[in-house]
Amino acid sequence: MSEQKIDVTGETCPVPLVEARKALKKASPGDVIEITGNHPASKKEIPMAVEALGLELVDVKEKDGIWTIKIRK
Amino acid sequence: MTDKTTIIVHSGDMDKVYSALIIGNGALSMGMEASLYFTFWGLERLKKDGLEKGPLSKMNMAGLGKKMINSRMKKANVASLERLMQDYKELGGKIIACEMTMEIMGVEKEEMRQDLIDEYGAVGTYIQEARDSKITLFI
Repeated sequence: MSEQKIDVTGETCPVPLVEARKALKKASPGDVIEITGNHPASKKEIPMAVEALGLELVDVKEKDGIWTIKIRK
Repeated sequence: MTDKTTIIVHSGDMDKVYSALIIGNGALSMGMEASLYFTFWGLERLKKDGLEKGPLSKMNMAGLGKKMINSRMKKANVASLERLMQDYKELGGKIIACEMTMEIMGVEKEEMRQDLIDEYGAVGTYIQEARDSKITLFI
């Protein structure tokens, strides 16, 4: 089981969502993906995708406009 | 069965092709399947070197408006159509090219981006895709 970090800071729609999905697609079950960015809508849309994909949302944090979302496949 | 989005890309305008590819990528990212059916002016964008060539649907002003929007998009760090297309393919999105349009426009397969096209089809292909789709759009 591995942990992978993705940085999409400065990226806009639809890149944060797409990069999250690309990483999740490549990950193995049990792997954790941590995605960091500052695109406001993605902070709620990535968790929506996680739910739609039936995966586990481990954590969502935000500080000074930079959010970090942790997902377990 | 997985939910699906099917989009007819009738327009070849740059801004509308953006809409189609963004929605397609969004659908794939949120766990749906996606098909883009390129027909009429949209088909022009599947020609070799054609993807980024579309005019703006409004205020193109012989390319001046497009230049302005392109520079603003660059500033906002919007992904290129080519990148969105590569992401779309990587996530398993399907590209269908309309055969009748190819005939009307006199376009041969060799002139098309065969690296992107999964299938050549007609209206029956679209209907088969759309009947299983929860979302279907005409752009």
